[in-house]
Order: sequence, then C-alpha cells, then structure tokens
Amino acid sequence: MSTAAITPEVIEQHQLTPGEYQKIVDILGREPSYTELGIFSVMWSEHCSYKSSRLHLKKLPTRGKLVVQGPGENAGIIDIGGGYVIAFKIESHNHPSFIEPFQGAATGVGGILRDIFTMGARPIAVLDSLRFGRLDSRENGARNRRIVSGVVSGIAHYGNCFGVPTVGGETIFEPCYDGNPLVNVFALGICKKEDVFYAKAAGVGNPVIYVGARTGRDGIHGASMASAEFTEESKQKRPNVQVGDPFMEKLLLEACIEAMKTGAIVGIQDMGAAGLTCSTCEMGSRGEVGIEIELDRVPQRETGMTPYEIMLSESQERMLLVADKGREEEVFRVFRKWGLEAVEIGIVTNDGKLRVRQHGKIVAEIPNRELADEAPLYDRPHTSPPEVHAAPQFPQISVQDALPKLLAAPDICSKRWIWEQYDYQVRTNTLAGPERADAAILRIKETGSSVAMALDGNGRYCYLSPRDGAKLAVAECCRNLSVVGAQPVAATNCLNFGNPERPEIMAQLVEAIEGISEACTFFNTPITGGNVSLYNETLGEGIYPTPVLGIVGLMKTEAPVTMPFKNAGRSVVLLGGIGNCGEGRFGCTQFAKEIAHSLWGLPPELDMEHEKRLQAAIREIIAEGLAESAHDLSDGGLAVTLAECSFGQAGIGAQVDLDSDLRPEILCFHEGPSRVLLSTQNPKRVDEIAARHGIPAPVIGITIEKGIEIRQRSNTLGAWDIAALKKIFDNSLEQQLSTEVTHV
Amino acid sequence: MKFGVIVFPGSNCDHDAFYAVTSNLGQQAEFVWHDSPSLGNLDAVILPGGFSYGDYLRCGAIAKFSPVMQAVKRFAADGGLVLGICNGFQILVESGLLPGALVRNGNLKFVCREIGLRVETTNSPFTGALQRGQVLHVPIAHGEGCYVADERTLDELEREDRVAFRYVDNPNGSLRDIAGVLNRERNVLGLMPHPERASDPLMGSAEGLGVFQSMLQAAAAVTR
Repeated sequence: MSTAAITPEVIEQHQLTPGEYQKIVDILGREPSYTELGIFSVMWSEHCSYKSSRLHLKKLPTRGKLVVQGPGENAGIIDIGGGYVIAFKIESHNHPSFIEPFQGAATGVGGILRDIFTMGARPIAVLDSLRFGRLDSRENGARNRRIVSGVVSGIAHYGNCFGVPTVGGETIFEPCYDGNPLVNVFALGICKKEDVFYAKAAGVGNPVIYVGARTGRDGIHGASMASAEFTEESKQKRPNVQVGDPFMEKLLLEACIEAMKTGAIVGIQDMGAAGLTCSTCEMGSRGEVGIEIELDRVPQRETGMTPYEIMLSESQERMLLVADKGREEEVFRVFRKWGLEAVEIGIVTNDGKLRVRQHGKIVAEIPNRELADEAPLYDRPHTSPPEVHAAPQFPQISVQDALPKLLAAPDICSKRWIWEQYDYQVRTNTLAGPERADAAILRIKETGSSVAMALDGNGRYCYLSPRDGAKLAVAECCRNLSVVGAQPVAATNCLNFGNPERPEIMAQLVEAIEGISEACTFFNTPITGGNVSLYNETLGEGIYPTPVLGIVGLMKTEAPVTMPFKNAGRSVVLLGGIGNCGEGRFGCTQFAKEIAHSLWGLPPELDMEHEKRLQAAIREIIAEGLAESAHDLSDGGLAVTLAECSFGQAGIGAQVDLDSDLRPEILCFHEGPSRVLLSTQNPKRVDEIAARHGIPAPVIGITIEKGIEIRQRSNTLGAWDIAALKKIFDNSLEQQLSTEVTHV
Repeated sequence: MKFGVIVFPGSNCDHDAFYAVTSNLGQQAEFVWHDSPSLGNLDAVILPGGFSYGDYLRCGAIAKFSPVMQAVKRFAADGGLVLGICNGFQILVESGLLPGALVRNGNLKFVCREIGLRVETTNSPFTGALQRGQVLHVPIAHGEGCYVADERTLDELEREDRVAFRYVDNPNGSLRDIAGVLNRERNVLGLMPHPERASDPLMGSAEGLGVFQSMLQAAAAVTR
C-alpha cells in the first residue's frame, strides 16, 4: 500500500483536487511519496483545515476581557476569577455515529475530553446536543431507534466510566437527520490560571514523547471520511470508526495532570483527528520549530504497519508531549505509576520540518507551517439559502386536544430515558442536572462560585432563515443562563451543515456565521472555539442548517431556581408579556411540526435589544430571590411551558387567563422569544424591576393545588389533570423507542 | 477520626467520598493508592465508586487482586470499619468480604436517579445514628447493581439482621429489594447507593451524611 504509485485516481481517492495536489508539489519542490500524500490529505481535509469555512469564521467575535485563550488551541479558556479558569469546547462526531453509533458517540466524548485535559484542565461536565431521524418513520424508524440507543449508550459508557457527569443537552428528531444524525458533545474543565498548558513544541533538542494507547489500524482516514457526503458505500467504512477505551482515558487524564505538575512538560497535544500527523505538525507549527520522529519507536499493537498507516491512524487515548531535555525521567515515572506506556519517539529540531523516519530512513519530510496552517483556503460561491414556499395551515384542533399531543412530541417530551443512563452527579458538583432548570449548573468547589451551561440550536428556524435562526439560538442560550441567574460570558459553536460546494448550502453557512457573529457581539459572549462539520448529506439530501451554540455563564453558588411551581397561591407572571406572532411566524413551531405537519414562513421575530433587557430583568429578579420557579418559553410556547412547570414533585398547577386577541392556537403555542414564566409571592416587586428594564410583567394567573387551566378573556381554552399530562410527557419517548415496526 | 479512601486505577468517586468526610463531616481523610501494602493509621476505610480497572472482566474482579486489598482484609479482620460504595460494594463482594454478587440491572441499562433507601437495622456502626424504617433520599448510579445470592444466604442475612438497607422502589431487580449488606461481624458494609453524593444540602439531599455520622459516632464510642 505504501509504495503505490501516485496516479490521478489515487489523488482523487484522497479527496484532493488537482489544484491542491499541485500546491503540494510546489511546497515540496517534488512529487510527494505515498505517505506524504496521505499526510497532506488528512491535514488538508475539510475536517482539519476548515478550508471552506475559515474565511467566514474570521467574522466571529473572539475577544473579551475574560477570554484567556480564543480559537486555535484545543479548547477556549476564560477566567472565572479566584485564580481559576475554565476550558470548554463543543465538537461533532456525526459521521462516525451514523456508521457505528455506539463507538462513534463514545469516541466523540473521548475526543472532546482529551481536548480539555490537554489544556491542563480537569473535565467536570459534559453536555450533548443530539439530532436523529424520526422514530416513527415508516421507512427508517427501526434504524433510527437503533442509532438512538447506540449513541446514548456510547455516551453513557464513555462518560460514566471516565467519571465526568453528563449534565444536560438537547435531543431533536427530524426526517432530515435520518441518514445523518448529529452528535455534538460539549465538555468543560477547570484548572488554576497558571497551570494552563498549550499545544506548542519548543526547545530544540527536547524529547518528543508518545503516551497512552498503542497505535493500531483503526480510524485511518477518519478525518477525510468526515469530509465527504454519505453514499451507499459509506457503510463499508465501519473500520474507519475508532474504538474507545474510557478506562485508558481516565488513566491518561490522571497521569497527564500529574505529569504536568512536575514542571517538566513544555507542550502537549492529544492525538485526535489525523492522529500522529496532526499532533506533530501542529505542535511544530505553533512553536515554529521542526519535529523529527522515528516510527519504529511508536508503540504499535499490530505488526507490519506501514508509515502511512501509523501516521494516519486515529487510535484513541493517545497524547504527544514535549518535555524538558534531561527531565524525561520525571515524566516517565508518573506514566509508569499509572501503568501507561510513555516512549521517546523523536526530538524537536530547528528546521521547521516534520521529518518522519522508519528503520532510520526518511519516509516523509514536510515543512510544518505549510502543512498545518497553509491548507488551501476557499471562498466558495454562495448564492442565497433555499426558500420555503409552503402556505400556512391550521388544522381543526382545540387547545384542549393539542396540548397532550405536543407533550408527547419527541422534541418536547421528557428525555429521562436518555439522561438516566448518564451519571450526571459524579464529582458532586451538579446543582442542576438534566430537566431541572433551563441550564445545567455546576458548583466550582475551588472558587466557591458556579458555572451554568446551555446548548441550543434549532434546525427548523435556521432552515427558514439561517441568519435569524442562528441569532435566535444565541439569544435562547443566553436566556437559559439568565433564567437561572447566570451572567452569560463566553460561547463555543458547532456548525453542522451540508455540502459547501453547493452555493445554496454555502449561503446557509455564511448567513448563519454572520448571524452568530452579530448576536454574540451583541450579547457579549465571544466565541472561544468550536467545530465545523460539513458534508452532512446522505444520498444528496442535506440536513437542515444546524448551528449549535454552547454558552457558559457565571453565578454565585446557591440552591438553584428550578422550573416547577413550588406552592399554590403564588402569582404566575409572564415576564416579557404574551408577545405577538403573525401566521407567517408560526410555521416553524412545534405545533406546525407535530399537528399541521408543515413548515412555512419565517422563524419568530427577535428584538435583540428587548431580549437583552429581559435577560437583565430576570437575572435581577432571581438575584433578589423573588422567583420561586422560572422557565423560559421555547418549544411549544406558553401552554407547554405551563405544563412543564406543573410537573414538579409538589404537583402544583396553575390557572391563567390571557388578555389577547390572538387566535387560541397561536396564543398558546407560538414560540416568540424573550419570554419567561415565573411564580412569585411578590408580583409588585417583580413588576418594579421589570418596569425599570422596560419589560412588561403581566400577572396572568395563580398557582393552584390541582390541574392546569388556560382561559382567554374568561373563556376556557383547556383544562387538564396534571397526572394525566405528566404520564404522557414522561412515557412518550420510551414508547416510541420500544415500538416494533408494525407497518407493512 | 481519620478515613482512608482507597484509589484504584479507574476509581472516580474517590474525590466525592473524600469531600463528604472532610468538608461535609469535618473529619480527616487521606487517599490510599491501590498498590500500598499497608494502610497506616486509619479509623475507617472507604472503597469508593467508579470503574476500577475499567470493570473489565467483571466489576471488582480485578481490583480484588490489588495489594491494598490484602491490607483491607487484615484491617477488617482486626475489626476496622470498611465501607464499600457502589464499585466498592462490588469489590467487597468479589473479595469475599461480603456474601452474594452484583449483576447487571434488570433492564440492562445504567441508571442514575434519586431513590428512597430504607434503613433496616440500626445495629451497625454505619447506621447507629439513623432510625429503623427511616427513608433516606440518596442517588444510585450503576449498571450492575442487582444484588443476588442463593436463598440460604438471603435467609441467613435476614435472620442475622445483616440487611442494612432496602430500596423502597426496587430500581435494579435486586433480590428482596436489598441495597446494602453487612458482614457477620457488622464492621463491613457494602451498598450500591451513594451516601457521599447526598451529604450536602446543595446537592439536593444531605440524608446520606447519616451513614458517615454513624461511623463517627461508632469510632468515638470505641475511643472512649
């Protein structure tokens, strides 16, 4: 394999264009060897080089006074005060999770965890944003159900064993994810400010040390696989999916953190996508030095591996580090203690080249900087996003009948079946885990403060308008944090899109990035890193444009304000008011999706100025301890939010009367942003605070011992028994997952 | 009082147990690495939760061969207090310090949730400060927590008042709803639920702290 001649077919198989190949020849001043071609092909893949998105990613705001490290490292870092920083990032593992759901998702978790502890930070939280095809699909339901259980058990397997709590996230079902599920994993870690490590090689003559698992033939070309559309042949790529060992990763975490404390480590990077290739050339490029390695010294678990295979392997749980010359033994001692292999495989040189030898002979010699940072950059043509022309539809259904249907909808119903399989408490920091509050909250024992996290994205909104949908995602994410009393401070994003070589898809990407940029600038949440996943298409069908935002907020440590009503007789306040929504802004809602089975118009209208004032108001209300419960309005609108607030252990419901001209289904189910439902003993004080921020805070009703009732100007639109609704909400997902295919 | 928290490769609730007995209970603690041949001067030992040695082969099956387990056995034989939580319970069972076995949950899935844990006896150094019949709200987080033993062993456990805790609503298929058992000498307790995760009101429940308070009370009685 390693000696194969380089023909145009071979170049094409490596997903390099003739132009890109010519650039390689220019850089090297000669034809590449087969190994070198492989190295270039992975480093210049879309996945590693961001060649289609880089130009536009520059538009994102990346600076802020808390930002210690922005994009370009393994994770972003922000200062949380008290001498501590947090490192966090979101990453996708979409393609592998379709081909092999369990291992694909498991190694997705493993990869992002390594990105965090490579920076010297101990991971303390994981959240996932998952998107699957419909479970009730006649054609693909059985496969989709298998993917869901595989992905969930893969995440559980890895996170639980590693010992990081999985504390929140989102799960969405749409036909467009049928052949292309999205598995986006967010992780966050903590360390002392002075203990941050960077993935930079330095010090000519310093040893380059390989630690962790042995290198096998798994995952070869994983990065390139993630950079192509799916076809029928993709199923044959199963061997390209890596296999994870969370126990090994746990040992690697403890050993790396202990080794970092010796002071003998200069720089460190994990071997993720593109494995040994990426870690060597990126560390060399960042440090403006060369790196020379001898492949015979690389621990291998298979015999007869070629240089091509060793350099491109994506075997998991491996790290590369550069140590101070003369202090290697201090590093080796720590890894021995943890029973891990640590081997000196090369040295740092002064010639800026990645030089790879096998049996002493040079098998690849490439300038680091050109390889790592001068990948082709494309300004791909972009026209305008595809337009949606469906007409509004309003089926005959009462609010009374619509609410239970929506509570059973897969996007809305409880995801308990999923999150109970995750250990969301290990490390005893979880103040608010899954479905407790609008954001996940973790206390930081070291500083006495807390951090809140939320993930949000909405493919339906973004499909109708990528720019507005992206802004709405940023706004909702920040709102979720504000509702628990946290100040949003920094963001990470995962951009899941189709094939960027199609101008209308490229337009979706460009518009979404610009939308994120505008909103993140406005809400003062700089993007500190993230991930772009393109070519999310199967058999020519693209997914909805799906940017997912992960935003973190800071708050003081105290018992969190959670969703459910706690006591009867409290005022129910709809902070932000009922809002307005024309028919054209109703087509993206869960009502339109689950009841009208349609999608039309534009996403809800967002006034960012108003949204910012609402968020300031709710934070102040929470800080004064005025809210007994709080929950923002999102999927399913007011009626669904009321029901969710009634599903607490106390069984307290509410009776509300809405003063509005809107038609009942729009009134109850529209998804206009900038609204929060809260219960309080002191509506007067709430109103004072809201008024100061220019936000309406109408009291719409009162919490009651039993049941939920919604009226519109004294006319009852619906009245429900809480236990009956809760049963539907709690059991729906499990029922859908256990349904055997009975369609013929 | 001084606790020792054993750390096996793959333990991941070690810091939680340490935090519970130091910050929440206000006592001293130290970590003991799995290859330590002896325990030093400790009043009690905690085998924490996690996935010792990756839980490959069988949960706890490899940990029982750790050098430290010989020391733990000697410590237990001398009457020292040994508490095994979750994976720690699995290790105690594999090591023969407690009877029975822990197999996969009835529904074959990992489960993390708060459960009701009923105190079945106060006649032990781990439950002395609690009330019989009292229900503690503590979390479980395990994939292999279904307690099984033959009928004779189960009868014997009940006859000798060695079932320390039962589930109010059995989450994993454990026989006779058993959540925690004592050894014959009553100085070794294994349980699947995590009292260390319910030792701080901020975590939603501090009802698990009673287990550690009982140990403290028992240790104080011995010193007196």
